[in-house]
Amino acid sequence: MGHYLPSTEAQQQEMLRAIGLSAPGDLYAAAPAALRLSDGPNIPAGKSELEIRRAFEVMAAKNTVYPTIFRGAGAYRHYIPSIVSTVTGKETFLTAYTPYQAEMSQGILQSIFEYQTMICELTGMDASNASVYDGASAAAEAVAMCRDRKRSKALVSAAANPDVIETIKTYCWAAGTEVALVPERDGATDLDALKALLADDVACIYVQQPNYYGIIEDGAALCEAAHAAGAKTIMGVNPIAAALLKTPGECGADIAVGEGQPLGMPLAFGGPYLGFMACTAAMTRKLPGRIVGQTADAEGRRAFVLTLQAREQHIRREKASSNVCSNQALCAMTAAVYMAAMGPGGMEKAASQCASKAHYLAAELEKIGFKRVHGGEFFHEFVTGCPVDAAALEKKLGENGILGGLTLENGDILWCATEMNTKDEIDRLVALAKEVG
Amino acid sequence: MDLLFEKSVAGRACTLLPENDLPDYDFAPAQKRAAAPKLPELSETDISRHYSALERRAHGVNNGFYPLGSCTMKYNPRVNEAVAALPGFTEVHPLQPDATVQGCLEVLRLAEKYLGEITGMDAMTFQPAAGAHGELTGVMLIKKYHEAKGEGAKRTKIIVPDSAHGTNPATAVMCGMSVVNITSGPDGCVDLEALKAAVGEDTAGLMLTNPNTLGIFEKDICEITEIVHEAGGLVYYDGANLNAIMGVIRPGDMGFDCVHLNLHKTFSTPHGGGGPGSGAVGCKAFLAPHLPKPVVVEENGALRRDGSRPGSIGKVKAFDGNFLVTLKALAYVMTLGRAGIPAAAQNAVLNANYMMHRLKERYSVVSSEICMHEFVVTLEKEAKEKGVTAMDIAKALLDEGIHPPTMYFPLIVHEALMVEPTETEGKEGLDAAADVFIKLYDKAMADPDWAHAAPRTTPIGRPDEVAAARNPVLRYQFG
Repeated sequence: MGHYLPSTEAQQQEMLRAIGLSAPGDLYAAAPAALRLSDGPNIPAGKSELEIRRAFEVMAAKNTVYPTIFRGAGAYRHYIPSIVSTVTGKETFLTAYTPYQAEMSQGILQSIFEYQTMICELTGMDASNASVYDGASAAAEAVAMCRDRKRSKALVSAAANPDVIETIKTYCWAAGTEVALVPERDGATDLDALKALLADDVACIYVQQPNYYGIIEDGAALCEAAHAAGAKTIMGVNPIAAALLKTPGECGADIAVGEGQPLGMPLAFGGPYLGFMACTAAMTRKLPGRIVGQTADAEGRRAFVLTLQAREQHIRREKASSNVCSNQALCAMTAAVYMAAMGPGGMEKAASQCASKAHYLAAELEKIGFKRVHGGEFFHEFVTGCPVDAAALEKKLGENGILGGLTLENGDILWCATEMNTKDEIDRLVALAKEVG
Repeated sequence: MDLLFEKSVAGRACTLLPENDLPDYDFAPAQKRAAAPKLPELSETDISRHYSALERRAHGVNNGFYPLGSCTMKYNPRVNEAVAALPGFTEVHPLQPDATVQGCLEVLRLAEKYLGEITGMDAMTFQPAAGAHGELTGVMLIKKYHEAKGEGAKRTKIIVPDSAHGTNPATAVMCGMSVVNITSGPDGCVDLEALKAAVGEDTAGLMLTNPNTLGIFEKDICEITEIVHEAGGLVYYDGANLNAIMGVIRPGDMGFDCVHLNLHKTFSTPHGGGGPGSGAVGCKAFLAPHLPKPVVVEENGALRRDGSRPGSIGKVKAFDGNFLVTLKALAYVMTLGRAGIPAAAQNAVLNANYMMHRLKERYSVVSSEICMHEFVVTLEKEAKEKGVTAMDIAKALLDEGIHPPTMYFPLIVHEALMVEPTETEGKEGLDAAADVFIKLYDKAMADPDWAHAAPRTTPIGRPDEVAAARNPVLRYQFG
């Protein structure tokens, strides 16, 4: 069997004797004998390191890795600078716990403070937390920030990512918050329908920018409508698009959340990803999870600490604003290193290339009969009809190493292009699609 | 040390992306942000040195002893990292067709099977991303169960001992439950009479960790779960302390209905300075229909994600959780195997008892019974008599390169230090650490002012936390 026990058998015996016991089983004397397994759990015998590597290489080989991807829908393939994994792979960053002991954890705390600053810059908001689990749970936590005694209802745009909608609904069901969907019109949140739904019991609206269909919403108009009715606005933003498009802050949002995976995290079958959360100064004390703040030590040296802990579960218990404690710290560091490497110019370049490639892809697909179903402006995703058999298309593309767009429930296809997709790839995709049908 | 923003030089950049091979696309000015985000402008050298400097100002398990109670800071095996970095896992889109992700689904399937055996549970979800997220999912299962039985409106109370982790009551409230706190005995164990008095027709469930937060095994555990079941409630196992008993005693056999596991504690995945973790949730068969969707099912020799689950609570997160964390935990379980899992638990308990035995030379332990994976010492007397606090000892440890134990928890013990050495420390390491604890105790008692001034060798001294909370500075202010 494999193990990670430094103490030898002899040392273990020595320690047992020192504490006055004769056999290892005596350690569990307090537990009823009937509960104790005599021969361990019913799982296979342990393995050496080499056997483990082989076993996982075999499983990895059962997955298809597509050299070319035109699928997003909540998880995006972007270029990851080489420095990113070098930094996040550093042993100390990998193995440290939450930075409770500030004097010994300034490195981790400073990196989170830098991350918080970058998220504020990206979203145009005043304050950011140290991260939560992913974009969907960030949205659900944001809804909880808005609820109060008088306002207990949440409106969610039907044009948001379905997983995000599902997650908000689950959290709200548990908490007893009513959720209603704001219908979409031509792929965007229906502003008139929203206004009609905005009663005085509505705590907040959730809209996604760009939305699930890739459409750029009129963020300012949506925020204005919510505010006119006394409700808060939560905007779920794509962080790459945020480098180019009007920020949640500029639109007047109260809370900005999002899936941070595009900021340097691999697709990795869905995780670990990164939920980022930022808000206006007025809502800062309602943010869930860890927050790092700047202070000083007795000698006046700049110092960073976990702060505003009076919000948190270990102090407040049942009165806490949320139960979040562990977050996605190493993913937040990933995002920070990514943004540091890209810089303002690189972020803008990535964003503008995403838009450029996606618009070329849409135009080329249109030529072969995959017509866009929505009229509005889009960023790097868009929906087309599917004039051919969708399964045949997926098969054809798959045989050629291409993961095509995602087939939606109604048979339409949600396409995505990023800076990773070259003109040649797009042309090849279109040529293959033309052969189908 | 300067921040990234203070190192920024206008016009400096890394060359990462090629020029566009297509015409640029211009958005209407009304759709664009007014100005670029103020991200730092740096060379790769700047970034590399910055983070290397930050790494020197941090402490991980690789740097030294880390007996942070309740956090199970065991060694994080590197082979787990190596297999999690295989492109066959990292380059897979979560929305690929099931037929193209059979390897990923096999990882989830095996993890469910093995961790199910270890916990005595019938089904498992890996969607929750952390322990608190797992708790949330678990209490949602309990809520859904009562709703399905038509008792949702009636059963609205979650019982939590006062020795419990703070996440337990916070979680219950997030699920619309009210919390009934029951007092524990001096050893942190559940008071059976208090429990009997607390249960009733309004009981949704009890949340419990065993061993408890004082590191003591609840010897009446079977009676406890029975009392709750008799009243029609369910019992939730907070898996934070599973390392003491994994492979030796199963929560399912103790009568628990659902559990969460902290894969980043018990199952050796690294904590990354605060995450990502994984809060896998296991449950008995009768709760399985309520698990988050999708679940992995086997059909005709192939694995498939089944999202049509009418009884499901829904989703608590997009996709299948922190997948690579689950994968690392599976690698760990497969490495240790049938004999290694209980051996790890047993050595965690042995190390804790040995450490406690050594610290007893000076420190007062809260319970002198055989402890499980951790134990709690109190400096209540020292604080009263000499002004030497748990904080003083903790800060003095920093100067010795030892991460302090968990301080001031559990709340039922004053001036608490909660020590969890884990099984991945050797005897000589424990002896060396115990010698340091003892040396610092003597020094602090002889000269309390010396202790109050610790730490001395760290990049900063004790920070002013009150000022940080009173006037929050949560981001860099550009000049």
